[in-house]
Amino acid sequence: MELLVASAVAVMSGVGIYLILRRQTFPVVLGMAMLSYAVNVFLFATGRLVVDMPPVLSEGAAGYTDPLPQALVLTAIVISFGMTAVVVLLSLGAYIVSDDDTIELGEGRE
Amino acid sequence: MNLALIVLLPFLGAMLPGVLIRSGRSAAALGAGLATTAALVGVLTYLPQVLAGNAVVTQLDWMPALGLSVSFRLDGLAALFALLILGIGLLVLLYARYYLTQTDPAGRFFSFLMLFQGAMLGIVLSDNILLLLIFWELTSLSSFLLIGYWSHKPEARAGALMALAVTAGGGLAMIAGMLILGGIAGSYEISAIVRAGEAIRASQDYPLALTLILLGAFTKSAQFPFHFWLPRAMAAPTPVSAYLHSATMVKAGVFLLARLWPVLSGTPEWFFAVTTVGLATMLLGAAVALIRTDLKAILAYSTVSHLGLIVMLLGFGTKAAALAAVFHVLNHASFKAALFLGAGIIEHESGTRDLDRLGGLRRLMPLTFVLASLAALSMAGVPLLSGFLSKEMMLEEVAHTAYLGSDWLLTVLVTLGALVSAAYSFRLIRLTFFGAKRADYPTVPHDPGPGLWLAPAVLVAFVLAVGTYPALVQTLVMAAAAAVTGGELPTVTLKIWHGITPALAMSGIALAGGALLMTQSRHLHWARPVLARLDMARLYEWLVAQAEAGARRLSEALHDGGMRQMLVALVLAALVAGGWTFFGTGLGPETRPLLGVPMVVAAGWLSLAVASLALMRFHSNRLLALVLIGIVGLMVSVGFIYLSAPDLALTQITVEVVTVVLMLLALNFLPKTSMDEPLGRRIRDAVLASVAGLGIGGLIYALMRRDFVLPPISGFHVENSYSGGGGNNIVNVILVDFRGYDTFGEIIVLGIAALVIFALADVLTHRSALRRLVAWSPDQPRAGDAHPLMLVVATRLVLPMALMVGVYIFLRGHNAPGGGFVAGLVVSIALVTQYMASGLAWAEARQRFSYHGMIGAGVLIAGLTGIGAWFAGKPFLTSAFGYVTLPPLEKFELATAMAFDLGVFLTVVGAVMLALSSLSRLAQHATSDERKRGGTS
Repeated sequence: MELLVASAVAVMSGVGIYLILRRQTFPVVLGMAMLSYAVNVFLFATGRLVVDMPPVLSEGAAGYTDPLPQALVLTAIVISFGMTAVVVLLSLGAYIVSDDDTIELGEGRE
Repeated sequence: MNLALIVLLPFLGAMLPGVLIRSGRSAAALGAGLATTAALVGVLTYLPQVLAGNAVVTQLDWMPALGLSVSFRLDGLAALFALLILGIGLLVLLYARYYLTQTDPAGRFFSFLMLFQGAMLGIVLSDNILLLLIFWELTSLSSFLLIGYWSHKPEARAGALMALAVTAGGGLAMIAGMLILGGIAGSYEISAIVRAGEAIRASQDYPLALTLILLGAFTKSAQFPFHFWLPRAMAAPTPVSAYLHSATMVKAGVFLLARLWPVLSGTPEWFFAVTTVGLATMLLGAAVALIRTDLKAILAYSTVSHLGLIVMLLGFGTKAAALAAVFHVLNHASFKAALFLGAGIIEHESGTRDLDRLGGLRRLMPLTFVLASLAALSMAGVPLLSGFLSKEMMLEEVAHTAYLGSDWLLTVLVTLGALVSAAYSFRLIRLTFFGAKRADYPTVPHDPGPGLWLAPAVLVAFVLAVGTYPALVQTLVMAAAAAVTGGELPTVTLKIWHGITPALAMSGIALAGGALLMTQSRHLHWARPVLARLDMARLYEWLVAQAEAGARRLSEALHDGGMRQMLVALVLAALVAGGWTFFGTGLGPETRPLLGVPMVVAAGWLSLAVASLALMRFHSNRLLALVLIGIVGLMVSVGFIYLSAPDLALTQITVEVVTVVLMLLALNFLPKTSMDEPLGRRIRDAVLASVAGLGIGGLIYALMRRDFVLPPISGFHVENSYSGGGGNNIVNVILVDFRGYDTFGEIIVLGIAALVIFALADVLTHRSALRRLVAWSPDQPRAGDAHPLMLVVATRLVLPMALMVGVYIFLRGHNAPGGGFVAGLVVSIALVTQYMASGLAWAEARQRFSYHGMIGAGVLIAGLTGIGAWFAGKPFLTSAFGYVTLPPLEKFELATAMAFDLGVFLTVVGAVMLALSSLSRLAQHATSDERKRGGTS
C-alpha cells in the first residue's frame, strides 16, 4: 500500500511539474492542480497510512489515525480551489486582453 | 522618571511635529522641544545620584529566550552623552526653526531629528548589547533620512546612501562581534560582559570579535579608511551637520569604544589597532581640512581629525588617557556644534560658504565673528578656552606613551597634528572674517536674529565657562571617566595651569607653528592630489559598482524574467538541496510493515497512474485533459476513504466538481488545444519532472515506512476532542476549535481570493477588454437548446434535496464526517447546477442575497464567535458547549463551535459562488452580444 501511495505521489508530482513547464497558461493551471493533489496526499501521508480507523470517536474503535494532517489537508484542499480560481481568471484575463495565452512575453505562437 | 520613558520621549516627540506642522513650524518645533526638555529634565533629576557614582538601572524582559531584554543604565558616561544629546538637541531645534526656508517641509525635518535623538539616546542608555544594536542601526537610518532631506539634490541622495552603506555595513560587522562577546560572557547585558572582561580578553575569539567591533565603531566614527562618508554627509542641512555629524552620532563609535573599554582595552592588539587608526585619522583629517575652501568641508575634516584624536586616546588604554578622551568628547561637541551653526549662519546670510568668496565679514557680522572665532580658537587649543584643557591632557598622555618602540615618535606626530589643527582653525577665521570687505557677496551679509545666534551663543558661553573655570564640569567628567574605566581613578583636578610641562611646550609649538603654517597655506595646493588619493571614496564606489554588477549577473543567470526558466531553476535547486540532504545523511531502519493491497485499491491506483500519464501525453486536447484530471481527483478521493479520511474524501470530491466547472467556464474562452512544443524541450522537461517526482515519491515512501521520531501531538486532540471540544469528529473539532485560529485565517484568505476574482472579472468587462469580449465569437458549435428542459426540471427538483443534504452534513459535522467546509461546497454545487441548467439571468433574478455579503457575514460570524469567548474570560476562539433537550426532539448538543462552523459555511458558499458567477458573467457579456448579432453559429 505504501508503495502505491508513494508512486501515486511521484506520478502526480512528476506530471504536475512537467505541465507547469509548458508554454501556455491552461496546461500550467492543470499542472498546478496536479501538484496540489500530490502535495495534499503527501501531507496526508505524513500521518502514516492506517486503514479502517477514521478519526471519529466511537465505542469499540480499535484506535484512530492521526487527525492533524487531515485537518491541515482539508483546509489546503479548499484553499487550493481558491488559488486555482484566481490563476484561471488571471490567465483568462491575459488571454482576453492580449489574445495570446503563452506565459512568456515575446514567445508567441509561431 | 523611568529610564525607558526617557528613551521613549523623543520617539513620542517624533510624532508631534507631523501633527503640529499644520499650526506652523513654531508649533512643530515647540512640540519637539517639549519632548526633548521633558527627557532632559528626566536625566537631570538623576544627575546628583549618578554623579555620586551610583548608576540608575531599569530592566524589562523582552525576549528572554534570546537574551534580549530592555535594560537601561544611566551611569556617568551615559549621563554625559545624554546631556550632550538632549542639550545640543534642544539648541539645534531652536536653530533649525529659523534656519529652514519656507519651502522646506519642516514637520518631516523635526520628526526625523527626534527619531534620531531617541535612537541616539537609546544607544547611550542601553545596558543590553542587542538593544544597543537596534538603536545603533536606527541612528544610521535616521542619519540617512536627514542627509537625504533635500532629496532633490543629487549629492544629498548620494551622500545619504554612502553614509548608510558604510555605517550600517559596519553595524552588521559589529553585530557579529557583539554576538561573539555575548557568547563568551554568557549574557548580552553590558554589565555582565564588563564583568567577564578577563575571560573575553583571554578567549581565542578575542581578535575576531575585536576586529568586528572596531569595524563598527570606526565606520560610525568616520575613522580612516572609512572617513570618506562624513564630508559627503555635509549635503545635509547645517543643523543636521552640527547635531549628528559633529556632536553626537559620529561619537557613537567613540562611545562604544569607551563602553567596551574595560572589556577590550589593555591588550597589544587593541593598543596597536586603535591608536594607529586614531593617529592616522587625526593627521589625515587635519591635513585635508587645511587645504579645503568649503567651510563645511573644513569642519567635517576637522571633525574627522578630532574623532581620530579621541579614538587614539582610548587606544592608549590608560585611565588618564580615557579621562582626557571623555573630556575632549564634551569640549569637541560644544565648540564644533557652535562652529557648524556659525557656518550655517554665514551661508544663510551671505549666500555662500566658500572661503574664496568670503572674507571681510568681521565688520558686517560682528556677533557671528565673535562667536565663530571663539569656537575656532577653542578648536585650535588656545588657552582660556575649553579645547585647550583637553588638548593639554592629551599631549601630556602622548608625552608618556611609547609607540612602535620609540619614545618620541608619537610625540612628534601628535604635535604635528595639533600644529596643523591650529593652522586650519586660524585660517578659517582669517579667510572668513579678516581682509577687506568685498563687493561681490551673493547677498549682503549681516548678523541674523536671535533665533539663529542664540544657540551658538549658548555653546560658546559654555566653551568660555569651561575654559576659564574647569571645575564646573569636574564631577561630570570624573563620573564619566570612572564609568569608562570601571572604578577608581587617580584624582585629577581639571585646571588651566599645570606648571611648565612637556605638554605646555608641545602646545606652544603647535600654536606658534600653526600660526606660521596658516600664513603659508596659500602655497599648499600641491598637497591636494596627494591627499585626494587617500580619500577612499573611489574604492568604495568601485566596490559598490562591482557588487551591483555581480548581483545583476547572478539574478540574470537565475531568471531572465521568464517564468519557465525561473521554475526550472526552482525545481533544480530543490532537487540539489534534497539530493544533498538525502545522500549526505543516512536513513534509519524501516520500522513500519507494509500494508496489504486489495484488488480494488490496485485498480484505483492503476486508473490514477494511467490517467496522470495520459494527461501528460494528451494535455493539448484540453477537454480530454479535464476529463483525465477529474479521474485523478476522483481516485484521490477514493484513496482518502480507504485510508481512514472520510472528511478529506468528502471535501476532495466536492472541490473536484466545482474545479471542473470552473475550468470548463474558462475553457469557454480559451483555445481548446495547446500547441506543440519542440521535442527536445519536452524531453528535457520530462526528465526533470521524472527525477523530481521520484524524489518526492521516495521521500514520502521513506517517511511512511518509519515511525514518528517524537510522539505526535495528535494524542492530545484525540483525548480532548469530546471532553474539551464536545465533538466526536476529531478533524472537525481541530478545525473549529483546537486550531480555529488557522481556520479563521483560511476562510479570510478564501474570501479575499473570491473578491480578487470578482475584481478581475469586473475589470475585464470594462473598457478595452470589453470590446474584445464582445467581439469574441465561440469557436465551437453550440447546442441548439442552451437550457434543455429535462436538465432544467431535474436540477430544480434536486435543489431542495441537495440543500437538505447540505444542512444535514453541516449539522452532523461535529460528530460525524462533514462540517462547514463540505456543506458549503455541497450547497455551492446545488446552486451551480441551477446556473448551468437555467442560465445566469434566471438564477440571478431569484438570488435573494449577494455573495459578497455572504463572505462578509461568514467572516464576521466566525470572528464574533471567537470574540464571544472574551466575555467568558477565555482567550479568542475558546469554544463552549452544552446539551439541550427540546421535546419532541432528542437531546442534542449546542456548541459555539457550530456558530463558527456556520461562518466557515457561509464564507465557503459565498467565495465559491462569487468565483463561479464572476466567470459566468463574463460569458454572459459575450453571449448576449452574440445573440444581438443574430443567433448561434
